Amino acid sequence: MIEHLPILQVLVPLLGAPLCIIVRNPRMVGLFALSISTITFLVSCSLLQQVLQNGTIVYELGGWAAPWGIEYRIDYLNSYLLLLVSAMSAIVLVASQSSISRELPRNRHMLFYTAYLLCLTGLLGILCTGDAFNVFVFLEISSLSSYTLIALGNDRRALTAAYQYLIMGTIGATFIIIGVGLMYMMTGTLNMYDLAQRLPEVHNSKTVLSAIGFFIVGVCLKLALFPLHLWLPNAYAFAPSIATAFLAATSTKVAVYVLIRFIFSVVGPEFVDTVLPLQEIFVVLGVSGIFATSISAIYQLNIKRLFAYSSVAQIGYMILALAIGTPLGLTATLIHLFNHALMKAALFLAIGGVVYRVGSAQLSHFAGLGRQMPWTMAAIVAGGLSLIGVPLTVGFVSKWYLVLALLEKGWWPLTILVLISSLLALIYVWRIVEWVYFSSPRIVLDEVKDPPLSQLVPIYILVVANFYFGIDTSLTVGISKKAAEMLFGGVF
Amino acid sequence: MWPTELPAFVPFFVAALLALVTRGHLRSVLMLSIVTLSGLHLWFLDGDVLVNMQFLEYELAPYRVDSLSIVFGYVFHIAAFVSILFALHIKDTMQHVCGLLYAGSAMGALFAGDLLTLFVFWEILAVSSVFLVWARRTERAYQSGMRYLIIQVGSGVILLGGLLLHVEQTGSLEFDFIGTDHLGGWLILLAFGIKSAFPLLHTWLTDAYPEATPTGTVFLSAFTTKTAIYTLARGYPGTELLIYVGATMACFPIFYAVIQNDLRRVLSYSLINQLGFMVCGIGIGTALAINGAVSHAFVHIIYKSLLFMSMGAVLYRTGKIKATDIGGLYKTMPKTAVLCIIGAASISAFPLFSGFVAKSMIMAAAMKEGYPWIWLVLLLASAGVLKHAGIQIPYFAFFAHDSGIRTSEPPKNMLLAMTIAAFLCLAIGIYPKMLYQLLPFATDFNPYDLTHVLAQTQLLFFAMLAFVWLNLQGVYPPEKVAINLDAEWLYRRFLRRLVEKISSYVQGLDSELKLKVEDRVNWLVTYFAQRHYPTGKGTVIRPTGNMVMYIAILLAAYLWLLLSFPH
Repeated sequence: MIEHLPILQVLVPLLGAPLCIIVRNPRMVGLFALSISTITFLVSCSLLQQVLQNGTIVYELGGWAAPWGIEYRIDYLNSYLLLLVSAMSAIVLVASQSSISRELPRNRHMLFYTAYLLCLTGLLGILCTGDAFNVFVFLEISSLSSYTLIALGNDRRALTAAYQYLIMGTIGATFIIIGVGLMYMMTGTLNMYDLAQRLPEVHNSKTVLSAIGFFIVGVCLKLALFPLHLWLPNAYAFAPSIATAFLAATSTKVAVYVLIRFIFSVVGPEFVDTVLPLQEIFVVLGVSGIFATSISAIYQLNIKRLFAYSSVAQIGYMILALAIGTPLGLTATLIHLFNHALMKAALFLAIGGVVYRVGSAQLSHFAGLGRQMPWTMAAIVAGGLSLIGVPLTVGFVSKWYLVLALLEKGWWPLTILVLISSLLALIYVWRIVEWVYFSSPRIVLDEVKDPPLSQLVPIYILVVANFYFGIDTSLTVGISKKAAEMLFGGVF
Repeated sequence: MWPTELPAFVPFFVAALLALVTRGHLRSVLMLSIVTLSGLHLWFLDGDVLVNMQFLEYELAPYRVDSLSIVFGYVFHIAAFVSILFALHIKDTMQHVCGLLYAGSAMGALFAGDLLTLFVFWEILAVSSVFLVWARRTERAYQSGMRYLIIQVGSGVILLGGLLLHVEQTGSLEFDFIGTDHLGGWLILLAFGIKSAFPLLHTWLTDAYPEATPTGTVFLSAFTTKTAIYTLARGYPGTELLIYVGATMACFPIFYAVIQNDLRRVLSYSLINQLGFMVCGIGIGTALAINGAVSHAFVHIIYKSLLFMSMGAVLYRTGKIKATDIGGLYKTMPKTAVLCIIGAASISAFPLFSGFVAKSMIMAAAMKEGYPWIWLVLLLASAGVLKHAGIQIPYFAFFAHDSGIRTSEPPKNMLLAMTIAAFLCLAIGIYPKMLYQLLPFATDFNPYDLTHVLAQTQLLFFAMLAFVWLNLQGVYPPEKVAINLDAEWLYRRFLRRLVEKISSYVQGLDSELKLKVEDRVNWLVTYFAQRHYPTGKGTVIRPTGNMVMYIAILLAAYLWLLLSFPH
């Protein structure tokens, strides 16, 4: 049993998804999805524990040895992300029932949960697998199901948003598959670790160099690197709140994982550093993304869109840290990956609570909610503080390592820009605070109060996590450091 | 078993929490008793305390008490007690809670043994204090509070930047002498400088303090700037630049205070002038000078809050604070008038009042270390203090022309708070040993020797004489007394014009610069607004086309960079 955990990690939600249709009953299906997600969470905990004890786990699917069969490899990097994704999924699902019941018609609940579990399957699959083509397959599973999730939103614009995302996402996926195909053509293998062995022989060919280019550009679209982020704000704004919380916390993070895995495990950090012009591109796009999208966020009138733009800005920080190209920089990326998931999940769940009570995420509808929904608003403020990077929150730890990495590299002008950009975050968070605490309510309705406990509890689990991991950083910083060392050491 | 390692900010934060859930007398008793207990806890502390903890890879010291910080600790407790007592009658929960949080975070910053802890409290200090401004609940107060907040938080961000560079350079977060030999040191100095109202960085103070509530300003006047003075004394003693900065600070507010009509704004300018003396002392950096700066901060907190309290009482009773609107209040507020005069005498450094025993130390240090020009500037500034705070404040509020306002003494708690402060002013002035024992460096300084007393009395006496004579002559309308005194007794009459010219020139330059910056900022904000509002040009409704273009550009850029610039 225990040696089959890597495949169970993917298989459990994959089998759970069609079962949702069989369960049908709107009440039961939520519980069912939650239990499936909890199992995957426990599996990921156990995997992480094994990796910490015994190092990398190699699992051969169906007993076929590596270059021919598909191989799953769990190391520090992906066990850490598996834990993150499965934990976020489970926590978000706790809140899902009541939130969905308000936002979706009853007969669509099972479809929602099916798509949700499929999306989870895709994300976990991307993380587990060691096969380049398999990455593409799971990427498509997660993407297609997330288009569905977004289209389920009760705003009519959700459909357009999902459709736009479908087109753009497919373009990205096409780029990825072109990249994989060209590499396969040159090396005759799809296994990532085999590719890593064989690519150096053909490194100088323009085909391989373009293949890498196609792959990276495709992934950058998936992870919403500025200016390839245009699909994201609408998708996040119009999707059901639960879907937004889940996607914001996980999907772009997994895409960042693909980028890291590809750069470090397949192409190799030295090659990237010496031949490819990635550093220049990433620094420019990272920094301009941070500023452009933070400024956009300031002017948003819909709070979901506001935080969607802020998500793109946060991706900018991760990519900037990655571009530094040192172990410390990679550590900063990995820490922020985890921390940002905590912040955004908390924020979007809290907004889900507002939508549940008020029926809208327009900023003007937040007027005076500070008195009517004190706990929810306190959670939003806490998440906002974390986003700004106030000490004792996870945001501070992220910024701290990012700035240290920048200074270690000697890039202090960028350091200053990063610090200034925190002020932009302060401004957009402040706009919310102003509406929430300093304006009088539009209409005083008795039913406007904090959402039910089933939503408040997961929100507060995440809020507490935002502070806990801001103080005790042994898990996040510890594993990130190990993962960064491993990736730079070239040990798989 | 008494927990000696209980950090001083904890009782305050606990009290803030309790104030949030209690009402009426219970809250009053709780707030006062917790602050008293906390003060006693600090008083009975035996020797230095250092609490360590681990964060990331650094050794932090969230609580450190030593001879420098403990003096500030005592006076912060006194100020907190007096301010709370003064604000006891108000029903506004927000002001009580924020006042306590604010005082508590000042304690936290004061006893921070490392820069990161300092930064945390630095930011809480900024955020909690702004509510005391907003509590006035007027549009003006909101606007100026907002400007105040932005500058304060900005100072925190600069501090963070500086401390990161400092860590990078030295590998340690410990908060001790920092110095200006690296960029991080300069940034930290800038952050401290903003909070201690260095010239050109001071605008937040004179902008926000007069807009706060009558009781809020008393809190504000005590903590923010003095915390900054402490950090300067800790991190930058003996930095020569500070001498000149301090001298400038001591002088330039005089030009501004002259033309202010709002008496609390006059006091705000005089606050900066007083800070100038302290900064100067820190810049000189000898044991005598540091002692002088610390003792000046000590007595200053007390008499400044006394003055702000008396003006707060006037504002509370009459609703007015403009010199032209009030006057003749001594008839109905005699006790407040007497207490205000005690505060005014202290700030003007009359012998036997507390200001005298502190100010002479810094001046003596300046002379001793060979800065006769600085000594002269400080002397001039002392005259300015007498003019704008010592005479202008009590004269315009309580005497001058009779405004016809008939009111009554402020509530008992306000009077009691002022009486305590006035008592301390006198006690320290008469028994300076009491203060000198607490100072970080042992001293046998005696303020009551012949030269000090004579020089100061002479200075003050001539000022008084000029004031009385001018009044008797009836040459000048009461509202202009301030200006005339300034010119008349120090420069003789023919130089008056010059002073006015200089002051109007300085003000003109300043406001021109402000206008220009404001213009630029407004333009930028409008530009971004036009582009980024959901209906603006920068917002793409159907993004697919743009996206395809971007992705093509990105791929092309990648290939172009790769192929045309092979590494």
